[in-house]
Amino acid sequence: MRYITPRKAAMGLGSAHSGTADHWFLTVSSCALVLLVPAFMLVIGNAIGLPHPELVAYFGRPYPALITALFIVVGMVHFIKGTRIMIDDYFQHTARKVAIIVSVVFSWAVIAAAVFALAKMTLVTVAI
Amino acid sequence: MADVNRGNRPLSPHMQVYRLPLAAITSIMTRITGHALVAGILLLVWWLVAAVTGPQAFAAADWVVRSWIGFIVLTGSAWALWFHALAGIRHLFYDSGKLLRIEEAERASWAIIIGSVVLTLLSLILFFFA
Repeated sequence: MRYITPRKAAMGLGSAHSGTADHWFLTVSSCALVLLVPAFMLVIGNAIGLPHPELVAYFGRPYPALITALFIVVGMVHFIKGTRIMIDDYFQHTARKVAIIVSVVFSWAVIAAAVFALAKMTLVTVAI
Repeated sequence: MADVNRGNRPLSPHMQVYRLPLAAITSIMTRITGHALVAGILLLVWWLVAAVTGPQAFAAADWVVRSWIGFIVLTGSAWALWFHALAGIRHLFYDSGKLLRIEEAERASWAIIIGSVVLTLLSLILFFFA
């Protein structure tokens, strides 16, 4: 017999050993993305077709820049957690570790590239 | 004892012949659309980075975005994004213990399929005519 309460036995356990943190993150980020999806699609829809200088000026404005940055950062971290569930379902052992590392590195590279581009367009617009 | 029921026993579903219920199809489509969206995001991020790289880089990326390849990738991404968003909203209902009865899950599946197509057509109309 174990002399601990049921609550203590459940603390920090679960198959993930991190409780429901990933599930809760996906819940919170999905709520944010429900709002960001239509906003992002409007921003991109208005941007496609603009000539180069107008496009740079467009993404230098606060609303398009913030919506795009938020969508890509929140979306790609949501993507990391989502691929993690898929990887846990279909891959084992070393393949699983490699797949998780590739997913995380790739997603943060996409975030870095997008943030760099948006930051540069914002600074160029300020300089003008 | 003789096996009198040979050949007439209930079988567990076999993946090759089992017809997946609609709720199962829309469920696996949520995962597929979520992962496929990487194509659209890569195209758009390449386009954004090209815009701050130089006129030649931008010309190349912008040509792809506005070509028929870009049209297929971005329209597909728009549909995948709407589908994934609607299916994600259904998951929020699932998590709170709602829509879990078979008829409700079936109806929600149709709502996701029809809703995603309608919203994609609306997005295209808004893009081309507004």
